[in-house]
Amino acid sequence: MNTPAVTREKPAQSAFDFLYKYGTLITVVVLIAVFGIMNDNFLSSGNVINILRSISIVTIIAVGLTVSLAVGGFDLSVGSTASLANALVISFFVWHGHNIGAGIALTLVFCLAVGLINAFLVINFKIQDMLMTLATMFVFQGVALTYTRGATVSQNMIMPSGEYAEGKIPALFEKIGQVPWIIIIMLLVVVIVHLFLTYTKHGRYMYMIGGNREAAELSGIAVSRYRLTAYLISALFAAVGGIILGARVMNAEVNAGGPYLMDAVAAAFIGYSVLGSGKPNALGTFVGAVLIGILQNGLIMMSVPYYAMDIVKGSVLALALAVTYYKKKH
Amino acid sequence: MSVTNPSGVQVKPSTAAPLLQMKGITISFPGVLALSEVDFELQAGTAHALIGANGAGKSTLMKILAGAYNHYQGDILVDGANVSISSPKDAKDLGIQVVYQEVDTALIPNLTVAENIMLESMVHDMKGSHMIRWQKMHEQAKAVLARMRIHIPTRKLVQELTLAEKQMVLIARSVSKQCRILVLDEPTAPLSRSETEQLFKLVRQLKGEGVSVIFISHRLPELYEICDEITILRDGKRVASEAIRDLSQEEVVEHMLNARMEQQFPLRKRTVGETAFEARGIKDTEGKVNDVSLQLRKGEIVGLAGLVGAGKTELCRVLFGASKHSGELRLNGRKLRIASPHDAVRQGIALVPEERRREGIFVEESVSVNLTAAVLSRFCRFGIWMSSRKENSSSNVIIDSLGIKTPGGHTKVGSLSGGNQQKVAIGKWLLVDADVYIFDEPTKGVDVGAKRDIFDLVAELASRGKCVLYASSELSEIVGISDRVYVMYDGKIARELDTANSSEEELLLYCTGGGLT
Repeated sequence: MNTPAVTREKPAQSAFDFLYKYGTLITVVVLIAVFGIMNDNFLSSGNVINILRSISIVTIIAVGLTVSLAVGGFDLSVGSTASLANALVISFFVWHGHNIGAGIALTLVFCLAVGLINAFLVINFKIQDMLMTLATMFVFQGVALTYTRGATVSQNMIMPSGEYAEGKIPALFEKIGQVPWIIIIMLLVVVIVHLFLTYTKHGRYMYMIGGNREAAELSGIAVSRYRLTAYLISALFAAVGGIILGARVMNAEVNAGGPYLMDAVAAAFIGYSVLGSGKPNALGTFVGAVLIGILQNGLIMMSVPYYAMDIVKGSVLALALAVTYYKKKH
Repeated sequence: MSVTNPSGVQVKPSTAAPLLQMKGITISFPGVLALSEVDFELQAGTAHALIGANGAGKSTLMKILAGAYNHYQGDILVDGANVSISSPKDAKDLGIQVVYQEVDTALIPNLTVAENIMLESMVHDMKGSHMIRWQKMHEQAKAVLARMRIHIPTRKLVQELTLAEKQMVLIARSVSKQCRILVLDEPTAPLSRSETEQLFKLVRQLKGEGVSVIFISHRLPELYEICDEITILRDGKRVASEAIRDLSQEEVVEHMLNARMEQQFPLRKRTVGETAFEARGIKDTEGKVNDVSLQLRKGEIVGLAGLVGAGKTELCRVLFGASKHSGELRLNGRKLRIASPHDAVRQGIALVPEERRREGIFVEESVSVNLTAAVLSRFCRFGIWMSSRKENSSSNVIIDSLGIKTPGGHTKVGSLSGGNQQKVAIGKWLLVDADVYIFDEPTKGVDVGAKRDIFDLVAELASRGKCVLYASSELSEIVGISDRVYVMYDGKIARELDTANSSEEELLLYCTGGGLT
């Protein structure tokens, strides 16, 4: 048996390793510098807060998705779950006149049921996570639409009976969607999930399941239980994202959460490349969301039309994926 | 001839020029002389058994014939004429077809039987044309199957077939092309008795058509049923080649083993305690484990001998809760409820699985993460909060005591050598204080030095009063390390033996299904 060989690395290889590790962070710094130089307003405290606020909902949803990725799953239904949470929480206030605590608690309970259904289907029928949650994505999107009868839910809306809805959205609820609370909640979510995944045994188990499910099973880890938990967490944070979305816009538009799915996926996968972790992680996901947020904000300031934004987002994601998968092979 | 065997090398005198002659085949791989001066003759229209213990060189010889290697020395003659085989295509052009044991790797499950049979002509013989003529393809496939007297609908998808039928399809594919020599590598290992009958009927049919069959198998009685001649390899050399009716099963076994290098086993004092673990009437859902009962005593190393496909791995997995089963398990008199490995670990059972890369380790994780995988709770404060200090110090202890060669606990396991990966897979369970340790082929793919370490480890566990079940198809290991042996054959315990009063020969005889009637 030979001792692990200490091979001399070629300069090109070590340069790649450096970029692999710090590339994403360097990109963020460079973007800040470039946008800062080209636009005086970019680094103003108002704009920085603006960026953080704009990414908060995406980040919260993406962190939930990250947990499902950690166990080797893939929860595509987070966007629909956010839509559902948005519709539920606003309707509880407007249609049923619940107070803030009951409204939010009931919404979370219903969305956890969504996670339960996802986990049940994925674990019991052994269907690939991505395919199964693609199906449930449509189902829950449809459930949210059917529940709101395809209409926007808002204060003083006209009910089918012809009367105005009587419930009011609590003033305190509105606070959740405003600075600083929206940013504080996002940071809390990122930090808690980061600590959970990195420093608790449960997080460690989740990464093991994601790394080699068979070996995890044979190590005596309760694999199904952890996969279930991961889907519950994923649905929970999607619900939190949907609730905050509701608080920010104070209504529930048709499929309002849907667009967050792709941004969340992008943020989570860009997160793989942060600090060369090569696996889903909450801090990385946050950096991914920041990267997307900065790009979006800076490009709009430079008068790039909003409809061209997806080209940029998609390209950044492709680049991050290319780096991560290239590294896996080499 | 360099073989110094008391019985000498006996070669059946042949009258006509044999269909195939391999002369003085020698091949070496880095550090190993896999075959040395091996001769092999095959007569037309016969079935020839090729047999030898693990690592004797059967597969290597057949791979040379199939064109998998081109750096061998020696001559290959077909019909008395010198030919050169240096690529799979050369072999196929000569009409040499091989059906490997893992049929699934050679079939495309979501295509029909006809497409799978005609696969090679679809790939190679379509030259300018781009359209597939379905009607013609099904007709051709049907014709092949009819010739072999197999009844499988050609429009069925391969994924709906049984294992035996898949094998038939593969043989049909070989026969659909020019086929003069058909190599069957352990074809019967996964088959049931009636499926084996079906296969043998086919082999006789092919023999009748003048096809020569080289038949690799560990099941001696079968060889006598179907083969005309037998060649026995041992340690890369041919030790016997004659008509099979001239050799008894006992003689074959003797040839296979004889004077093998003694391995170094730890000296142990046998101190056997009371029965701690007991399994009664264990069956799995697929019939690979059929009504197995066994007992393990404290401080005892119990061997589980059996050839590949005998059901050892399945039994180990069942005892560990990794596959569904019926039957009763007891540990220290308490009845166990084991529905998953999670249950098994909590109740004191540990398994070091056979396929370590797939089942035993996390290649992307560090050595210490791997070592602590089964007992993370012990390295946590308040039940969940990980303490990397405790984790590192414990994993360092294991790294030192097992002699795992790694730069440190933080190194990725994927970058270690096979033997060290295996030590990590075992080391994981040393931190767990289990009562029963099950090892499934722990020395597979491990070099001699690491083997010795692993034996020491197993002995050490037994001396601490643990129950050890040691499953292996390396019979010399079983004889060297165990106190008592269960021999498995065809999913059942065929014999229970006291190792001290037994021998490798006896084990092999029972492993190959001999001595049953």
